[in-house]
Amino acid sequence: MARAVSQNTKIGYTIAAWLVALLIFFPILYAIITSLKTEQEAIAGFDLIPSFTLESYREVQSQYNYFRPFMNSVIIAIGSTVLALIVAVPAAWAMAFAPTKRTKDILMWMLSTKMMPAVAVLVPIYLIFLKTGLMDTRIGLVIVLMLMNLPIVVWMLYTYFREIPGEILEAARMDGATLGQEIVHVLTPMAVPGIASTLLLNVILAWNEAFWTIQLTTTNAAPLSAFIASFSSPQGLFWAKLSAASVMAIAPILIMGWFSQKQLVRGLTFGAVK
Amino acid sequence: MKMTIRSLMGACALTALAAPVMAETLTIATVNNGDMIRMQKMTAPFTEANPDIELEWVTLEENILRERVTTDIATNGGQYDVLTIGTYEVPIWAKQEWLVPLNDLPAEYDTDDLLPPVRQALSVDDTLYAVPFYAESAMVMYRTDLAEAAGVTISESPTWTEIKAAAEAMTDKSKEQYGICLRGKPGWGENMAFLTAMANSYGARWFDPEWKPQFDSAEWNATLTDYLDMMTNYGPPGASSNGFNENLSLFQQGKCGIWIDATVAASFVTDPTSSTVAENVGFAQFPNKEGVDNHGNWLWAWSLAIPASSDAPDAAKKFVAWATSKDYTAQVAEAEGWRAAPPGTRTSLYENADYQAAAPFAAMTLTAIEGANTQKSSVQDIPYTGGQFVAIPEFQGIGTAVGQQFSAALAGQMSAADALTAAQANTTREMARAGYPK
Repeated sequence: MARAVSQNTKIGYTIAAWLVALLIFFPILYAIITSLKTEQEAIAGFDLIPSFTLESYREVQSQYNYFRPFMNSVIIAIGSTVLALIVAVPAAWAMAFAPTKRTKDILMWMLSTKMMPAVAVLVPIYLIFLKTGLMDTRIGLVIVLMLMNLPIVVWMLYTYFREIPGEILEAARMDGATLGQEIVHVLTPMAVPGIASTLLLNVILAWNEAFWTIQLTTTNAAPLSAFIASFSSPQGLFWAKLSAASVMAIAPILIMGWFSQKQLVRGLTFGAVK
Repeated sequence: MKMTIRSLMGACALTALAAPVMAETLTIATVNNGDMIRMQKMTAPFTEANPDIELEWVTLEENILRERVTTDIATNGGQYDVLTIGTYEVPIWAKQEWLVPLNDLPAEYDTDDLLPPVRQALSVDDTLYAVPFYAESAMVMYRTDLAEAAGVTISESPTWTEIKAAAEAMTDKSKEQYGICLRGKPGWGENMAFLTAMANSYGARWFDPEWKPQFDSAEWNATLTDYLDMMTNYGPPGASSNGFNENLSLFQQGKCGIWIDATVAASFVTDPTSSTVAENVGFAQFPNKEGVDNHGNWLWAWSLAIPASSDAPDAAKKFVAWATSKDYTAQVAEAEGWRAAPPGTRTSLYENADYQAAAPFAAMTLTAIEGANTQKSSVQDIPYTGGQFVAIPEFQGIGTAVGQQFSAALAGQMSAADALTAAQANTTREMARAGYPK
């Protein structure tokens, strides 16, 4: 039975929620504000009122062509996500519906690879990329980001698949469905919210990745993370330009997140209430 | 029909002939600063004169660039054809045979025109391994109007006692006017660049000839104590977070009486479009302690080098020779005025009357650079080279760790004595791990 909540309590919760949201969003908000300042204003100290100049955006665009790293980011984020889902859906199915006594151990081992600092495997991966001609290619980054995010994708899908009753799949098998048909026509439609939120999260992770994308690229495949890294200056003022570059880099993913937030929340809370 | 086939065959033959003369692409790794960005926009004369060479730029943050380039060179990756590196990397990488020697540059390049300390810092055993794009030492920049109002004068070659007295006289915290601004942000290239130069001018050294750290010496104690004393009493608040850029901003806004930092800052603080105090800036040599004949020996040159792994070393040589040539300097001067010319690399620039007239800081910059001795930065015996750094691979890690201790002392989290003790213990441990003395 739902508890009656007073109007004052509701207002209190709303204000608290807005404050928390503002606190979390503030770094992005301040980056937007800083991008609208001159370099002198940007370094002068904390100030929420910019002079609303677009000078930094003009300079950023005049120094670099935004479109090339943007397209690289799009291809790398989407490519690595699609590839990860192709690999992870069957893997998660196997773990959720045909577990062995080692399934939990395998899951933990997969997750433990995320605990290793990336720099520890930099030299071997760098050498592999050099020898195989994958250095500074989009396909190389798609593969490496798929591998980096695969443990999280498998874990998330495994969690969602566990919520789906095995009896439904059994019924499909009784009706003569093959394994492929079972996954494509029965399991996947039922897990769409979970798969969608996994997809969105993986796109965000791949979009924001800034270690491998900088280490394994030079000019051809460098995405927006490398674009941002180019605006920090050892001698000279750069905060406004750096903020403008950051806003330009995160804008697409912010917009995507805004439009897909319902799907994202639905997926992340999928199975939370039974 | 016959004509079509002939045309096709002709086109194929032309394509085959064209293949050997297809453009060679040079990938240039660089940092983001005004001079480098300007160069990227001014390459037309080079590409017009060399239509077979295309230029691709990779601009990265300084530390990311260093990390990225180190990985590539160490693995013989060959991703870059030209590198932007400093006087710290050149001797270390040259000894590893990671860089292409540049002793065979064309006669018109006029290598002898390079300022001797800069050329020496970029050479190993008299072989040049990088050519300087711009170079800097360190000097005193101060507000002449505040000094006059406070009734103090700063000589051309001041002592630290003189600087401290002037800083005290110029301080008026009620007006957000701080007598002295110095680097406090931790890092081997941040506060430790300044403090190493200051320690040199106090007669201190990082290591004795047996590579034993010297933070327990009286000279280091005097250096850090005086630094903390000046910064605590006459420096701006939050100075432990201030690096070059933060102090530049403070000085340009008129909040610093004295700023001691890289000579390249002189062009920024005297630029009326960005500095509110452009008309009232005086210059002096990096200070020394009474009785110590040493003005810090700070010397840094952003330089262009060619990695041994490059598959286009000849084209890369053409490019580095052009980018650091007298012609390029003249090209910049023609487009943006002599003030914008890359400073600190060539004798001819400082003999140029137009440059001297446009850059009031030119003479003091030249004095500072010519006074730097990176082969022996301390008045005591030392086993290393380098001015505001120690040119060994371990210095990045050790310098940053020591910088964190000294920055913590500036933030009031520990005393000077505790910071020096921690620095001594940390450096001793790291040097033992690295196997010194070697």
